[in-house]
Amino acid sequence: MPDSPTFREGLGVIGRGIRDEPRTFTLAVLGSALFGGALAGSGWVLGQVTDAVLVPAFRDGVVSASDAWAAAGAMALVGTLTAVGVIIRRGYATVTQYRLQARYRRAVSRQYLRLPLAWHRRHPTGQLLSNANADVEAAFAIFAPLPFSFGVAVMLVVAGVTMFDADPVLAAVAFTVLPMLVLANGFYQRVMSPRVARAQQLRADVSDVAHESFEGALVVKTLGRETEETTRFSDRSHELRRANVSVGRARGAFEPVIEALPTLGTLVVLAVGTVRVADGAIEAGVVVQIAYQLTLLAFPVRAIGWVLAELPRSTVGWRRVAAVLGAEGRMAFGTTTLPAAPDGRALSARGVDHDVVDPDGSTQRLLHGIDLDVPRGSTVAVVGSTGSGKSTLTTLLVRLVDPVAGRVLLDGTDVRDVVAGGLASTVAYVPQSTFVFDDTIRGNITLGLEDGPIGVGDDEVWAALRAARAEAFVRALPDGLDTRVGERGASLSGGQRQRLAIARALVRRPSVLVLDDATSAVDPTVEQQILAGLRGTDGVTVVVVAYRRSTISLADTVVHVVHGRVHDTGSHTELMGRDEAYRNLVEAYARDAAEREQLAAGGQA
Amino acid sequence: MSDVRPEDRGRGQVEPDPRTEPVTDLPSQGRIAVASSGGAMATVRRGLQLSPEILVGIWLTLALAAVSTLGRIIVPIGVQQTVDTGIVADGGPDVGRIVLLVVLAALAVLVTGLCSYVVNVRLFKATEAGLATLRIKAFRRIHDLSTLTQNTERRGALVSRVTSDVDTISTFVQFGGLILFISLGQIVVASVLMFVYSWWLALLVWGLFLPLFLSLRPLQKVLSVYFGRVRENIGLMLGGISESVVGADTIRAYGAEARTQKRIDAGVEQHRSSATRAGVFASTIFATGTLVSGLAVAAVVGVGVWFGAPGSLTIGELLAFLFLVQLFTQPVQIATEMLNELQNAIAGWRRVIAVLETEADVADPVDSDRATVIPPGPVTARFEDVSYAYPDGPLVLRGIDLEIPAQTRVAVVGETGSGKTTLAKLLTRLQDPAGGRILLNGVDLRDVPFSSLRRRVVLVPQEGFLFDVSLRDNIRLARPDAHDSDVDLVVTELGLQPWVAGLPHGLDTRVGQRGESLSAGERQLVAVARAYLADPDLLVLDEATSAVDPATEVRLNRALDGLTRGRTSVAIAHRLSTAESADLVVVVDAGRVVEVGSHAELVNAGGAYSVLHTSWVAQRSSVEA
Repeated sequence: MPDSPTFREGLGVIGRGIRDEPRTFTLAVLGSALFGGALAGSGWVLGQVTDAVLVPAFRDGVVSASDAWAAAGAMALVGTLTAVGVIIRRGYATVTQYRLQARYRRAVSRQYLRLPLAWHRRHPTGQLLSNANADVEAAFAIFAPLPFSFGVAVMLVVAGVTMFDADPVLAAVAFTVLPMLVLANGFYQRVMSPRVARAQQLRADVSDVAHESFEGALVVKTLGRETEETTRFSDRSHELRRANVSVGRARGAFEPVIEALPTLGTLVVLAVGTVRVADGAIEAGVVVQIAYQLTLLAFPVRAIGWVLAELPRSTVGWRRVAAVLGAEGRMAFGTTTLPAAPDGRALSARGVDHDVVDPDGSTQRLLHGIDLDVPRGSTVAVVGSTGSGKSTLTTLLVRLVDPVAGRVLLDGTDVRDVVAGGLASTVAYVPQSTFVFDDTIRGNITLGLEDGPIGVGDDEVWAALRAARAEAFVRALPDGLDTRVGERGASLSGGQRQRLAIARALVRRPSVLVLDDATSAVDPTVEQQILAGLRGTDGVTVVVVAYRRSTISLADTVVHVVHGRVHDTGSHTELMGRDEAYRNLVEAYARDAAEREQLAAGGQA
Repeated sequence: MSDVRPEDRGRGQVEPDPRTEPVTDLPSQGRIAVASSGGAMATVRRGLQLSPEILVGIWLTLALAAVSTLGRIIVPIGVQQTVDTGIVADGGPDVGRIVLLVVLAALAVLVTGLCSYVVNVRLFKATEAGLATLRIKAFRRIHDLSTLTQNTERRGALVSRVTSDVDTISTFVQFGGLILFISLGQIVVASVLMFVYSWWLALLVWGLFLPLFLSLRPLQKVLSVYFGRVRENIGLMLGGISESVVGADTIRAYGAEARTQKRIDAGVEQHRSSATRAGVFASTIFATGTLVSGLAVAAVVGVGVWFGAPGSLTIGELLAFLFLVQLFTQPVQIATEMLNELQNAIAGWRRVIAVLETEADVADPVDSDRATVIPPGPVTARFEDVSYAYPDGPLVLRGIDLEIPAQTRVAVVGETGSGKTTLAKLLTRLQDPAGGRILLNGVDLRDVPFSSLRRRVVLVPQEGFLFDVSLRDNIRLARPDAHDSDVDLVVTELGLQPWVAGLPHGLDTRVGQRGESLSAGERQLVAVARAYLADPDLLVLDEATSAVDPATEVRLNRALDGLTRGRTSVAIAHRLSTAESADLVVVVDAGRVVEVGSHAELVNAGGAYSVLHTSWVAQRSSVEA
């Protein structure tokens, strides 16, 4: 194991942590050295005390007060130094560990905010959260026992020197125990690692099953699948149980061995020591000293084992963190600053292709050579059947994602050439499903705008809410704009969330507004009011994905998308006249109604 | 794993049930308690009751553990014997006696080591069996709780109740608990031996440790407050980080990166400082233990030699005493650490027990005398003076009387917040009414065992949740014994073949976590296919096709009508096209049924429906206008 790349990688993680927090780590190591030196020294002091004070005192039956005080004082001093060492060691190890965790959590979350959405979409949410949490923790958990093991090294040196100084023969006997302990520990780790890894994996599996099952609780319930789900969970749980028992077996076998080794060593020291005392080679104090030191060392020496045991976990954790930190593909921005556009902006797409990566890694073309023109101040409806690629198109238009080929142009400028933040300040996008931050209503609408250069006050927020037809329900909330929403706050209905999202877009007074079926959960009449209001606003270019004819009717131009291609473009009337697929799609309800009426009429006749 | 078709990903739908209910703060009734009440002992007792396997053979395990503890006193006794009867024995060191002693001691070490192995294995087997049972029981209970109760808690929190909370218990019992037990045993054994060697030195040691012992409990309380704060801050920190992941689209679109980063940094910093504070405090307690232990050794040396040398002690006894002090202080130190884990474990246990103590407010009557199975066949449903209110909330439905004849297609229409979704929840018994009753073929819904109810009555919810398996297996969820050909047939009959053919691997395409590689509309198609495969006698559709394009929706609805089969269906309708084709239209307004009749009867009656319909027609045909 020590030569495997994992070991070297583990050392790399340690090195990185030390470089990041050199001061606190050094303090922890110094504290640990003090602790180790004092602890090992206490055995030596005891040996000295035994020979100088105890043996003569008990032999003669008397002891001077000064001798008794000196003996107690010496022991008290090493004891106090040990305690001081402990607090410095543990205190600064804690500080180091949490500083490192915080540092890398910040770094990882910065990456999340920096990396393009394409990267986000390749990584499941759960994985990214565990990268920032459990993996960061695992990578630097090693910094808890690490200073301890440095101290143990100091302790071993001190103990070794004093033991060999006292009696090389007995010291040699005692010291054979230490490599055996380290060896036993190494073997233990090797047996344990795969078992622990398996248990860890199964723990994750159990958690995955539970997560999926609880997320789908409504489906499980409505289809009456509780028993099947419990069986699925139970199978995994029992696998985990077996894996844990196998960990227990290994532990049960090794722990007693590791515990017995120093005890047996001490017994051998006693036996050999007696022989040496009988031969007159050493004094009784030496036997006591070495036996005592061996007992003291037995436990801390295992700290080296803990560090070795933590290494693989730390390495695996770091690999995952490093994968995030090293992820390439930032969304590059240009240098063009868009001029003010009081009359709205023109948006267009030229030959845009886009691919989707399937779960199996293969790519599929989703959009083929899309050409699109949205003149400034106009409203364009993108219409198409479920799964035709409309939403993907909208994410390209607002540059959440870049196309694999072709260009998206805003007032003739390729959106990739616009400076960072330039698009967000002029283009607003409302997705189909609304994300609500764990914040107040106000915070959810301004998203930090109040601290920005423009500065948005409550009046603007209320105006946006009014335009999104959300004013009434927000006014009815107990704390108005200050009402907390999101996971820990009040729950909003789907329609309320969507209206909030629209207000979030409108408060920015965008020159381009892209709505991806953003009013699907809003009552039709309310939707009408919102969209009509938008249309009445001067200088806003609107792209709207829609099914409803009322929505389509508000558009100057309709773009009909079929299987990722622009099938036809024109006014609604034009398309109705020449595009049969469009007619079928848009007229579905009316035709259905008509057919049913016919059927009913036929039935009555 | 790289899923993804970016279209319509279900990101951001953290809230489980974003439907048409008015804004409410979370209800306080009908939710899972954060933790069970009751003291530590009561919690342990209740916990053991729920996992009886833990106690199987526990006495033998504890007896063996006690034997293995005795192994720890071998060294001090060996030292005393060696020094007194060997090294400083009258007439010079007695080598033969020492060798015999050492061999006997070594044998004792082996025996106690063996005991320790057996203890470990027995303990692991028993606790793992017990905790697996607990985990599975809690998992099942969570599924048995009503949707309302489930929704009062974040999914992640529910998961931790059956995973990490249970793990805390098992880690504690297997590691901390055993160590705590052995440590306590060691303290007792060491104390007894100390008293045997010298009662006054023993009193001295105890005297020094007493303040520490007495302050342990209050210190522990402070510590648990510290750690409680850490746990809370972890939650806040993760909440912040998760926004950067789940809300990535919105953050990008609105350039809210800096603001989000600020919030995350604040959370990270809060967690760091609270965790550091807790850790340093714990270190201080530990170091105090070390200090007391060092001072005890010094005191024993000084006092021992001063009072002992004149003859009340032998030097071997004094030296053995020093080893005993080590034996005594080590477990005290360890025990202080373990007490902390004990608190965590009890907190974990409380949280799991709280799940099992939460009664399902919508209970399965399968074991009751009233249980009545509904045989397959046409279903009539009747609401009798039904009312409903969310816990602590106003009535959202009142005085509902409604007859749904067998084999009719009913559309329920009404504005957002009118209570129509609640109607669907009551009809499928996701909730029970607060007043009145709902009858299915004359049987009170509350008397129909779930095994029968869920076969006869199927709800298709608005959010089509998919499992991370193939499309085929997702559809098959509705009827696990269905053959591949059955699934194929469903797809054909619903007219979904062109869509399926466009997927990379057809029906064998994996849909990704939560089905996120499909769009919201596509997920709804799967949910409908499931219902079609389940083939219920009463089908309840809760805006089940709201994200599907009109042409597909019409096709699905026609297939679902199942005209030839004589199914009863109730559709909570968002679009009035559904109402136009229904046999019966039910108009709900402000929690009451205000109109019932056919589309033809209601459309020109000048009531609520007329108004809704006029607006709908205006939308549908405004283009031509």
